[in-house]
Amino acid sequence: MTVHAQPMIATPQAMHFADALQLQSGSQVRDYTLAYETYGTLNADRSNAVLVCHALNASHHVAGVYEGQDKSEGWWDNMIGPGKPVDTNRFFVIGVNNLGSCFGSTGPMHTHPDTGKVYGADFPVVTVEDWVNAQALLLDRLGITQLAAVLGGSLGGMQALSWTLQYPDRVRHAVVVASAPNLTAENIAFNEVARRAIVTDPDFHGGHVYEHGVVPQRGLRIARMVGHITYLSDDVMNEKFGRELRDAVVGSATGYKYSTQDVEFQIESYLRYQGDKFSEYFDANTYLLITRALDYFDPARTYGGDLSAAFARTAAKFLLVSFTTDWRFSPARSREMVQALLNNQRDVSYAEIDAPHGHDAFLLDDARYMNVVRSYFTRINDELTAGVAA
Amino acid sequence: MTHDNLKAIAALVPQGSRVLDLGCGDGALLAHLQQHKGCTGYGVELDDTNVHACVQRGVNVLQLNLDLGLSVFADQSFDVVLQIDTLQHLRNAETMLRETARVGKTGIVAFPNFGHWPNRLSILQGRMPVTKRLPYQWYDTPNIRVGTFKDFEVLAEKNGLQVTEAFGLQDGQRVDTWPNLMAGTAVFKFQHS
Repeated sequence: MTVHAQPMIATPQAMHFADALQLQSGSQVRDYTLAYETYGTLNADRSNAVLVCHALNASHHVAGVYEGQDKSEGWWDNMIGPGKPVDTNRFFVIGVNNLGSCFGSTGPMHTHPDTGKVYGADFPVVTVEDWVNAQALLLDRLGITQLAAVLGGSLGGMQALSWTLQYPDRVRHAVVVASAPNLTAENIAFNEVARRAIVTDPDFHGGHVYEHGVVPQRGLRIARMVGHITYLSDDVMNEKFGRELRDAVVGSATGYKYSTQDVEFQIESYLRYQGDKFSEYFDANTYLLITRALDYFDPARTYGGDLSAAFARTAAKFLLVSFTTDWRFSPARSREMVQALLNNQRDVSYAEIDAPHGHDAFLLDDARYMNVVRSYFTRINDELTAGVAA
Repeated sequence: MTHDNLKAIAALVPQGSRVLDLGCGDGALLAHLQQHKGCTGYGVELDDTNVHACVQRGVNVLQLNLDLGLSVFADQSFDVVLQIDTLQHLRNAETMLRETARVGKTGIVAFPNFGHWPNRLSILQGRMPVTKRLPYQWYDTPNIRVGTFKDFEVLAEKNGLQVTEAFGLQDGQRVDTWPNLMAGTAVFKFQHS
């Protein structure tokens, strides 16, 4: 295991697309830009490309750091890079920011080419399938016909899965981590609470926030707080915070402040901090769009809910990973996908990692998780070098 | 499982079979069947280290707890279902035997034969056996089901399974004479009757 002492330098890039992209909803986007980054080198037969799909609040900045910014690690830097489980010395890794996001690709804060006005709430609703179609167009431009692998966690896992359904010939392996074939009612419910928090913020202005020059930060904060609770497990929260009080409260004579509005418990302080941080950089319309994409994703829907029937079109080999304490994308949901793949006699491996960290585990270092992904990608590389891929 | 035992069991699996290996360990048997007999299929394993070993070998592995059943597998979806040194660890050994017959057209089970003479001798001397095949003390053994070659014949019949082949394995050699006495490992191949 050799991890380079010097951090890998990442360079954000942008690809412009003039032609209209037909969306599932019936509307279109045209004159749009996709922000992306690549790491490693595309080999001569263009067979070593790995696409990484991002989840709710991440971006194309998957790995490495930006020049001169030591702390700017990509969101999956522990997984991807030179000598890392997805080894950029072997693979050409692509991170792409999805349409509707707020990190560089065309989104609600950009100008609608038809009206000359900022999209705001008029940005069309995009789906996982739309994102995958846009990613495929980017790959076309990069000259990549077939991916060695598509990789994603959570909502990113849904995109990886969707790749195997929309472009079965273009994916050799799919690595789907902490994901699900659709959201449960409870999961949609959490999204709805977050959306209501945003749209009922007086600063939301029906989504036309940019022309009002305001940010519905209160709504975004609460949306993030709710989300954050669901990404952790009860055990981890108890271990991290328990019933601990903030220092200022501990010092007080009465033990509590007997206030209903002060921040007294450490968990309150933590959630508020997370909410504040998030509301500084995330876009309200993007939050609405991305949670909606999560809600809508359901590839079995057109097959009467029969996931096995939906998976009949897959041709990829799969690695699925779930985490035992993840209650937002529980192991049971991954096992549904395993079962549907088994029913189609597809190659699938499934690791159920007994980790305490809830849904967040997919972004954390766990040796068992990292080793399984590392070995799986080593096998993919072995296939490449053996020429099996050709 | 020694390499010789592994080969003796692999010999029972027809060429090109679709195989499910319950409690597949590090995937050695499945890898052998893939490489030498053109088989395809999956292993089921609970242990993290073994799951990783399977991925390293390029064997499809599913990290599932067998004590929770085989509900993800469809009826008769495999040519052969293997339970090699697995049965003795399961709380629901009988259910799993029936499940094996449901999921596979053929089942192959191997387990340590408690009827092997050194074990009997130990019991006669008043102590639970500790041998190369059964290396654990009675208080820390993972083998929660101890049974004999003969016991399995009875269980198979009770569950309406037709045993098509049964023999013992000792030092990598097949034992057909008095296997219940002479072999440390019991092997059964069966199907629905």
